Amino acid sequence: MLKALNKTGLVFFPAFDWAIDPTHPEREERLLYTQDQVLEEGIFDIPGIIEYKPDLVTAHDIQRTHFCVPDEPSVTTESHLISAGGAKAIANAVMNKEVKNGFALVRPPGHHSMRVSHGGRGFCHINMEAIMVEYIRTQFGVKKIAIIDTDCHHGDGTNDIFWHDPDVLFISLHQDGRTMYPGTGFPGELGGPNAKGSNLNIPLPPGTSTEGYLYVIRNCVMPILAEFKPDIVVNSAGQDNHYTDPLTNMNFSAQGYAKLTSLLKPDIAVLEGGYAIEGALPYVNLGIILAMAGLDYSGVVEPDYNPEKLKQSVSITDKIKKTTDQINAYWQQRHELREKSGKPGELIIRHKEVFYDTDNIFERQKEKIWICRDCGGSFEIDSKATPGNHILGVHIPINACKACQEKGYDFFERADKTKYDRIYLQDRPKDQYEIK
Amino acid sequence: MIIGLDVGGTYTDVVLLSSKGIENKVKVLTDPSNLFASVLSGFTQILGTTDPCAIKRVVISTTLTTNALVQQEMGPIGMIVSAGPGIDPKFFCTGEHYYAVSGSINHRGREKAPVNKMEIEDIGKRLKKAGIKYVGVVSKFSVRNPSHEILIKRILNKDFKKIFLGHHVSGNLNFPRRIATTHLNAAVFDLHKSFFEAVKKSLAEKGLTIPIQILKADGGTMSLESSMDFPGQTVLSGPAASIMGAIPYAPANQDAIVLDIGGTTTDIAFLVDKAPLLEPLGIQRGQYKSLIRSLRTDSKGIGGDSALRVNQGELSIGPDRQGPAMAFGGPVPTPTDALVVLELMDKGDPEKARAGIHTIAGQLDLSDIDAADHIFKKCCNIILKKTFEMIDELNSQPVYTVHDFLEGYKLSPRQILMLGGPAKFFAEKIEALYQIKTIAVPESEVANAIGAALARTTCEVSLIADTEQGIVTAHEEDFAEPISKTYSEDDLIETAYTLLKEKALNSGANPENLEEVEVVEFQKFNIVRNFSPRGKIYRAKIQLKPGLIKGFETILH
Repeated sequence: MLKALNKTGLVFFPAFDWAIDPTHPEREERLLYTQDQVLEEGIFDIPGIIEYKPDLVTAHDIQRTHFCVPDEPSVTTESHLISAGGAKAIANAVMNKEVKNGFALVRPPGHHSMRVSHGGRGFCHINMEAIMVEYIRTQFGVKKIAIIDTDCHHGDGTNDIFWHDPDVLFISLHQDGRTMYPGTGFPGELGGPNAKGSNLNIPLPPGTSTEGYLYVIRNCVMPILAEFKPDIVVNSAGQDNHYTDPLTNMNFSAQGYAKLTSLLKPDIAVLEGGYAIEGALPYVNLGIILAMAGLDYSGVVEPDYNPEKLKQSVSITDKIKKTTDQINAYWQQRHELREKSGKPGELIIRHKEVFYDTDNIFERQKEKIWICRDCGGSFEIDSKATPGNHILGVHIPINACKACQEKGYDFFERADKTKYDRIYLQDRPKDQYEIK
Repeated sequence: MIIGLDVGGTYTDVVLLSSKGIENKVKVLTDPSNLFASVLSGFTQILGTTDPCAIKRVVISTTLTTNALVQQEMGPIGMIVSAGPGIDPKFFCTGEHYYAVSGSINHRGREKAPVNKMEIEDIGKRLKKAGIKYVGVVSKFSVRNPSHEILIKRILNKDFKKIFLGHHVSGNLNFPRRIATTHLNAAVFDLHKSFFEAVKKSLAEKGLTIPIQILKADGGTMSLESSMDFPGQTVLSGPAASIMGAIPYAPANQDAIVLDIGGTTTDIAFLVDKAPLLEPLGIQRGQYKSLIRSLRTDSKGIGGDSALRVNQGELSIGPDRQGPAMAFGGPVPTPTDALVVLELMDKGDPEKARAGIHTIAGQLDLSDIDAADHIFKKCCNIILKKTFEMIDELNSQPVYTVHDFLEGYKLSPRQILMLGGPAKFFAEKIEALYQIKTIAVPESEVANAIGAALARTTCEVSLIADTEQGIVTAHEEDFAEPISKTYSEDDLIETAYTLLKEKALNSGANPENLEEVEVVEFQKFNIVRNFSPRGKIYRAKIQLKPGLIKGFETILH
């Protein structure tokens, strides 16, 4: 008799009536064959696997994470609210201990959406995992969360949202940014001055196979997680490292994804990218589901799978080992790196340019944060989009110290209304959002 | 005139209906060890002096296959399954003589690994040696491409009496259920065939030569001939018969709850505008899951004969039955005894009933009347609680489109229809307690036989058109035709209607009753590869809804 070893919750929301445009990779057909495979395997009949209906995220849920410009309805469609709501439904099931872990198979994806969202970039409008993480922190008082992004593209949105947050460990494994959208995610990108080392970016050379990928998980991700001791592990489960993905150049397999999942043991996995909709997704998703439920996945093999053909070269193996050593070294030095990044009370300014490829928007940001040794620190972002609005967003982190909370209000009150189209305050300790 | 006969666990109920109403009704005790005798005695008694030539329709519902399934009394069956990538098929093993073989078809219906002919021939020899007569063949994704099942059948055909193929069972995806369902059909075939051949022969001897219709779990009928390929579809037709019997009294354009209060259990079902809700995939009871189309029913272990107990000052009801109510000579007090004490029911021995309720009253520190009322209320509460849980579950079912998420149908029943012996008393109490309109269905003790008599033929057809591969298929119906790139959704629906009509007529439907067709599912996808459109996939499922045949509904009012 087949029975899940771990009670596993699934949200399946393929949004069969939503596409960015008819021939876009993010279209109705994307999860069709995955659904066929999952239904044919009888997954929802397995005792211990429970299907949940997605929730709907509210504007308030989004406001914990994003400054949507000019507001939430302008940036999102219903499909985004349901997709993020799928992650939220799984979070509720896991946090209320109805299930041991859960997987939200939802679309559209979200991990390229940054804190300020003027529109769509990298097929993403709002960040599902980040919205879910902020929901979990507010609703369930969880302190330490790790997000492991295994999408082939750098999870630059999630990276940006938790850039200054020492309580959220964000690790992204992705194809080297010199060869792949969005062109970021290098090892030196370690997080803001108050959170250095809580963002780790692990670029992998094109052609990395299952062997190389799992090497990083075993020798870098797992030891770091063991030290960080998160209360919750979230996996941004993109599936575009697959050897048949049309947008990337990696050699990962369904077996590899299943093994990765059984090593990582995420509490919550959320689907991100993955566009080999016929040859990869049905098998990869099945492998992940079985691995999460603690079921045998050895039979989940793509019909054309040939491990010999997918073997990685020695030079790739060497490169991966070097990157792993470098990341481990950064992690060990994280406290010194934070010390070195400035003196308490010092103001640090960062300039940033963001291109929204999906909606063709160009954004310039100027961000100000004070060095703080007690919390992640409040910050403000001055953001000007072309075409679009000029806004100021002030963020007070959920675990902000008293001084930083006051500083946040100071930013907001002093902001000059004539200079901006809108000024936002994201007060996480009070779970409030204000606009002036 | 029409005869409807329903063999239940305790009674076999029979009705004779004419255009004027119920002409005759009969209840005979069911002999579980000889269902044939029960059926025959039912027919003999109902016919009486009626001229057999006046009978235009006969519908039978039996527990034959249900019993075989529950008691695991099924002959040995050879099963050959080919799975390809995915979960190990050994988990779906149906017993001895189960073989997982090579060969693989993917989700688009493309062959990924061929059938190994020698492997099949070898298994064939072994099955034959083991004395196997019936074989089931199931491949994963056979509803997308049945060629492997067909090929395996061809290899084995001459050596076995009948070979059952998985893709004929249903158009739905679900490999484990397809295996279980194909196995069930093969396993009850012999039993079903010999039983109904005997029934047919005996009825012919009585002068009843019209085609016999058999009730299915989805509340529809099929002809005796088509039942031979899918005998498993008769499983659980009993609860379906009762629910169909409530339909004449159901409100139009509204949702309603049907509660059938039996001796040990209460069956719960739902009607939407007089049509019963169906299971999305098929019958499931505990671990047993199938692709047999079925009404969506659930049962709660509470009925008129449920044993009453008091544990630490708390009254418990059922789920077991120790015998009939004490009023009828049973060993322990039951809800029926409470009804007698409350002077609602004037049957049985009131002294014995009071004695039973008195022991419960003592433990609860209540007067006899108060205890009886407490028991009655608690029964209502338990049944209604379960019903509301089912409604919540139905309304929180996952959906897969933005449209369905935002505008999906929400079940909100405003009326309850009650069946079963004590229906009348419960209806009044529930209406008083819950302020929801509740009626006891008239002739409720033979509503099941009326439901069987009036049920119309149902069937379902699933189609897929794939303009990239240039084919439209309904493999369940052995239908496949080439199509052009310009094939449209209208073309698909037209094909679907044609196939459905043909299937219904083949199953013995009266051409007058083919109007209640409904498109259950329709999906449309662009196939895009390398950023350019390659074609379209259309998927449709249409059905002939369960309901009543025309011209008889009003006679019952």
